[in-house]
Amino acid sequence: MTLSVALRHRFAGHDIAIGFEAPSPGVTALFGRSGAGKSTTLAVIAGLLRPDHCRIEVDGVVLADTAAGVWVPAERRRVGMVFQDARLFPHMSVATNLRFGLRRAGPGAIGFDDVVALLGIGGLLERRPHTLSGGERQRVAIGRALLSQPRLLLLDEPLSGLDGARKAEILPYLARLKAALRLPMIYVSHAPDEVLRLADTLVLLRDGQVVGAGPVAEIAARGDLPFSRRDDAGALLLGRVLGHAAARGLTRIEGGGVAWMVPLLDLAVGAACRMRIPAREVILAGRVPEAISVQNIVAGTVRHISDEGMRHSALVEVGLPAGALLARVTPDAVARLGLVVGGPVLALVKSTAIEVLAG
Amino acid sequence: MLVFDAEEWEAIRLTLVVAARAVGFALPLAVLAAWVLARGRFAGRTLLNTVVHLPLVLPPVVTGWLLLLVFGVRGPVGAWLLEWFGVRLVFTTNGVTLVCAVMTFPVMVRAVRLSLEAVDPGLEAAARSLGAGWLDRLVTITLPLASPGILVGAIAGFVTCLGEFGAVITFSASIPGETRTLPLAIYAALQVPGGETRVAALALVSMGFALAGLLLSDGLGRRLNRMLGR
Repeated sequence: MTLSVALRHRFAGHDIAIGFEAPSPGVTALFGRSGAGKSTTLAVIAGLLRPDHCRIEVDGVVLADTAAGVWVPAERRRVGMVFQDARLFPHMSVATNLRFGLRRAGPGAIGFDDVVALLGIGGLLERRPHTLSGGERQRVAIGRALLSQPRLLLLDEPLSGLDGARKAEILPYLARLKAALRLPMIYVSHAPDEVLRLADTLVLLRDGQVVGAGPVAEIAARGDLPFSRRDDAGALLLGRVLGHAAARGLTRIEGGGVAWMVPLLDLAVGAACRMRIPAREVILAGRVPEAISVQNIVAGTVRHISDEGMRHSALVEVGLPAGALLARVTPDAVARLGLVVGGPVLALVKSTAIEVLAG
Repeated sequence: MLVFDAEEWEAIRLTLVVAARAVGFALPLAVLAAWVLARGRFAGRTLLNTVVHLPLVLPPVVTGWLLLLVFGVRGPVGAWLLEWFGVRLVFTTNGVTLVCAVMTFPVMVRAVRLSLEAVDPGLEAAARSLGAGWLDRLVTITLPLASPGILVGAIAGFVTCLGEFGAVITFSASIPGETRTLPLAIYAALQVPGGETRVAALALVSMGFALAGLLLSDGLGRRLNRMLGR
């Protein structure tokens, strides 16, 4: 099944023309700076904003098609929305908040007790929203949206109002949610770590336009797209655990068609995982060096070299059998190694530099 | 000291009954008008706003006279009421209720409107995305969140009714047991030589009601706000 969104809207001063398709179920991340059109897109999908032109289809159900005169009102769309500021109803307890959508939708596939357990909010049910912490509030808001039995869940920067510790508290819940529910989700964010952790499909927005869209590993590793033009740029490889070498303190993971060594992980063999490899941690070489601590030396092909003039560095996209790596090196190194697009190169990655995210 | 004769007790009772009925009758309409003024975007909005506020800015005697024109036995509405329902408003308790409701209407609309405008539209949008239609949202989100303002408006309206004088005496005259409310009774007592003691006693009751209303509205408003987590 698919999720397909197309909209055009003229605001005073700027226009928006956004369209993308994504597999469903799955998490589609809309990534871009503020003003790129992310929140507008969500508001249109939710039915809270009516644009000049749009067509929205979720798993074969047309929610809006201005050309055909179709506009399902927001309250009948069954599109759940989690707002940046939670928006819990202050005059209701947590339990009443959670049941608000459930009562109106009627019982469905998503049960009250399951959601409460999944989000770990069993101890909060009798509390009032103003007594909750920011992280707790956001978990309740997610539960409330889920219990309205949505066909699609929209999350509008749900973590942006939280500090690092609170973010780290909620991210695992979101990852569990994704694994437990077969539900399409659209996740709006300007935080790359959230996107890399959760997204299956990545849509890059800039100034009201889509500048790149596709599977997250593919888009994140594209040196020519804005997602990689950040200090913390890096590639994402979707992989699975091949095995453990407990005696050596290492775990072997397959990702991008290559076997990687990372510090020993508490994951079952065969478990799916995501590896983030920061571009600044990747060393490029022309031939295999000897007596070196690096565990991972992989052969690849130079796909793209972008000059980052401001940083006096170059971002090299290295193609792997399936997927790609990003390496941030100096332009001088590019010249010394004689790197050209299409030529072979070796990428050296320290095991400890690879961040492994479960799921 | 505060020993009243039967007529004065009647005036006190009448005042409270009239105020309660006027608020009970006008408050739902005031909430509706406030909601339309706060959320509606339509052509006649300014006109509606002006009409609602007229009793607040017009001299009460003028409002009383205008009501006589409309609801008097020869007025368009008054004649119709008399012919079809046998209801006469002029010089009756029901007429005092009508006058009080009209005079207190803008007071209530203003209080309710302020509190409606303070309700976060984001919460209504959230309710919408959870499947609540407009009436559902109004009843479950907007009105409960505006309840402190509605309560304050009701109490302020009630207290205003207790003191209504000019429009009442113009429309209903001052008939003991029928239309003579507390302020009218005070005025009547002032006209009687040596009536100062009676005036003082009645004025004390009037002041007591006003202060009680003020304290009640303050206390209840704060309590409701606490319940709403503010």
